[in-house]
Amino acid sequence: MNPYRGLAIIFGFYATGEVLSSGLGLPFPGSVVGMLLLLGALLTGILRIEWVEEEAEFLVRNMSVMFIPPGVGIVTYLGLMRSQSVPIFVALTLSFLITLLVTAKTVELLRRS
Amino acid sequence: MNPLGITLTIVVFYMFSELHSRKRAVYTNPVLLSIVTIAAILNFGGFSYESYMDSAIILKFLLGPAVVSLAVPVYKGRETIRAYAREITLGIAFGGTIAILSAFYIAEFFGGSEEVLLSIAPKSVTTAIAIGVSEKIGGIPALTAVLVIITGLLGNAFAPELLNLLGVKDKVARGLSTGVSSHGLGTARIIMEDELAGAVSGLAMALNGVFTALILPYLIELIK
Repeated sequence: MNPYRGLAIIFGFYATGEVLSSGLGLPFPGSVVGMLLLLGALLTGILRIEWVEEEAEFLVRNMSVMFIPPGVGIVTYLGLMRSQSVPIFVALTLSFLITLLVTAKTVELLRRS
Repeated sequence: MNPLGITLTIVVFYMFSELHSRKRAVYTNPVLLSIVTIAAILNFGGFSYESYMDSAIILKFLLGPAVVSLAVPVYKGRETIRAYAREITLGIAFGGTIAILSAFYIAEFFGGSEEVLLSIAPKSVTTAIAIGVSEKIGGIPALTAVLVIITGLLGNAFAPELLNLLGVKDKVARGLSTGVSSHGLGTARIIMEDELAGAVSGLAMALNGVFTALILPYLIELIK
């Protein structure tokens, strides 16, 4: 199958999302707008899953490598990381624990009722 | 265009992903090791971040289409979402909100600056979405990226053990709480213990990303 059909759809939805996000001044990232539009198109049957499945799964599987360039940007904030290390690490650890606990207990309660 | 950035990223990531496939451990996480290594190379080699980004920006750009692509796993998981609609809706609404508020207020209590508070607020959602949200609300996307990865590593290393300690046995509760608290890296771990928990965790990650992207701009206006 021609992979450019899937890529054309994915890039098309991304571009549409970005245009809507900046054009309408939405506070959400264009990529999330594009994702919701693509999900809508799949759910309503306007697009068939086979048209985008392989290309979308390739991009999702390979997301990790794409985080590296923005992550490397941390070199320009090393001073900030050092001076703010206490609030950063305490908040990350405690917030992770609280989120895990609250979500797990909420779902457990719902499952029992 | 200076090819340094993209070449360095691919070569370094390739080496660490090989290492990770041989030695699966939290401390061999290829993304974090690659970031640290490349940052060190730029620092000691005297290269600027701008010269690195000249070509590495291509990879960063692909995050947009990759986030759009998350529609596919959500679409394919629609039966699971329907089966656990109540748990997923309330778990994400509650857990996703607590994740934002707890990070924001704890960081503020310990003297976090405004840019740190804005960068830490979206730390529980998948990196690609968190970076976009951070950009929109005035945080530092690079700082958010690193905080998200550290959060994910916490989930990858400790989520199943902590859930055992808390006595959480239900598969849906285990998967959902892992996905909401520690996105893709937590999912990668919980999927090894149970298929349903893994599927729910992956869906929770994607849906919490959307939920956070939609509410955070308004929530931040209220609390900042």
